[in-house]
Amino acid sequence: MLKPLKGLLTHLLLAGGAFLSAMPFLWMLTTALKPEIALYQPPLLFPVHLEWENFVKAWQAAPFPRFFLNSAVMTVGIVLAQTLFSAMAGYAFARMRFAGRDLLFFGVLGTMMIPFPVTLIPSFLVVNALGWIDTYNALIIPRAVSAFAIFLFRQFFLSLPRELEEAALIDGAGRLTIFFRIVLPLSTPVMAASAIFSFLFAWNDFLWPLIVTNSTEMRTVQVGLAMFQGQYGVFWTLLSAAATIVTLPAVLAFLAAQRQFIAGITSTGLKE
Amino acid sequence: MNGVRLHKVPSKASRWGRTLGEWPAALFFLLPTVAVLGTFNFYPALYSLYLSLFEWNGLSPTREFVGLANYARLLASGEFWNSLRVTLLYAGGVTLLALALGLGVAVLLNQPIRGQAVYRVLYFLPVITPTVASGVVWKYLFDPTQGVVNRGLVGVGLEGPSWLSDPSWALVAVVVVGVWKRVGFNMVVYLAALQGIPKTYYEAAQLDGADSWQQFRYITLPLLAPTTFFLVVTALIDAFQVFDLVYVMTSGGPLGSTDVLGYYLYRQGFRYSELGFASAVAYVMFALIFLVTVIQFRLTRGGQGDA
Repeated sequence: MLKPLKGLLTHLLLAGGAFLSAMPFLWMLTTALKPEIALYQPPLLFPVHLEWENFVKAWQAAPFPRFFLNSAVMTVGIVLAQTLFSAMAGYAFARMRFAGRDLLFFGVLGTMMIPFPVTLIPSFLVVNALGWIDTYNALIIPRAVSAFAIFLFRQFFLSLPRELEEAALIDGAGRLTIFFRIVLPLSTPVMAASAIFSFLFAWNDFLWPLIVTNSTEMRTVQVGLAMFQGQYGVFWTLLSAAATIVTLPAVLAFLAAQRQFIAGITSTGLKE
Repeated sequence: MNGVRLHKVPSKASRWGRTLGEWPAALFFLLPTVAVLGTFNFYPALYSLYLSLFEWNGLSPTREFVGLANYARLLASGEFWNSLRVTLLYAGGVTLLALALGLGVAVLLNQPIRGQAVYRVLYFLPVITPTVASGVVWKYLFDPTQGVVNRGLVGVGLEGPSWLSDPSWALVAVVVVGVWKRVGFNMVVYLAALQGIPKTYYEAAQLDGADSWQQFRYITLPLLAPTTFFLVVTALIDAFQVFDLVYVMTSGGPLGSTDVLGYYLYRQGFRYSELGFASAVAYVMFALIFLVTVIQFRLTRGGQGDA
């Protein structure tokens, strides 16, 4: 076949698909910038007149500042906890020698096979019994550890040469010193990968925050958006503005750490 | 993916401690993990099973042991079978369509073309978009009169259904969104796998006179089989648990046409406070997912011999 023709066809197909893939995004963004009345006119992808007001209106129509604060606290808490605790556990599994290590590691991996709905009700009962409903504890602590991140860290530590640590050990350094002074500083790539996964998980999470929070003051952005949608059913300009606000941090985080994120996905997907 | 292989620590590193090992230090490093996973994963998984044998509203101080009655009630419930059917349709639809589209895009992108990075981001964006926001936006796109979908259909002389409020179309609409959110993930994994296939295979095939379709059929597809398998299994497991999209877009309706198991469980547990019954639903989901995982394990074990 003619080479240039084939190239053109490839681009046409890819561009068409990419348009379909990104169109809902564009639509959300442009609807958020349209005046309400434009919705009843023939659809134009791009608004003629930009209505920034919609963002202000949406921001004020529901306690979005508060939802943002809650999501921010929860997300930062989960990212920090998952990164630190998973690095610690990954290190113990990669480097320390103790009875039952491999069994315990399989146990940790096994938790990845337990579907979330199975643990949902008892986890809710535990949180309830601890008096954590409607608190940041409920939003953060049950998700302070990630088996997937432990796996990532363990694989990474196994790939590190041991010589540095052994030298330090001979010099009389303890495990803690070695971990915090030598190992962690070498782990920034895997920490970045783990952190981006944790961030997107926490920011986008819906079902758990939905059931462990009751008051409007403790709702996260995703739960808040769902509630907002319930109230403002067909106010599409406001809804789109709210959806844009809620989506933006996830997109920015992804763009910032795209490489690590994709490397994380492909490494788990392709390991033989 | 064949699970994880444990790397044996070389025994020459005996200065790291003797058989009793480094338990005290290890305990410190593992304490958060053991505490959190124990309390919010292992214990709940077992407790769910226990709870499924009781009738309990979550509030009353007493709970009544009912044996397998919750499961019996489940199997006799038309709602449950409907929910199972809807879940399987959703999972099957999303898995197959997103697989085919993801592979198609990956094959197209696996060429020296300009703008590859941009395409990759555009296809991947839906994966990281919050599900709730996605649901809200797609609800607008599927709006019978104002939505882009139906306006587009009118443009080509067709009259679109009222999607989310039409029992025969609502599930189709939710599947479309599920596929839209999944294609990018499949594409990225397929692309990495494609890039791992040595070019020499294709060069040899070309010498033998194989055309592009034959190369795809007899080289690419077989070599992608493990990746395909991984993607099918992970997609099914995710899709069996779908909840957010349904919650936002349809609330399980109309007439239960999108009442997936995740939503059914949520209703039973958190709307009607039937904690025992909801736990039984959870265990049915567990069984379903476990079945897929076991099949995966069996098949990959079988394929490992010739690797």
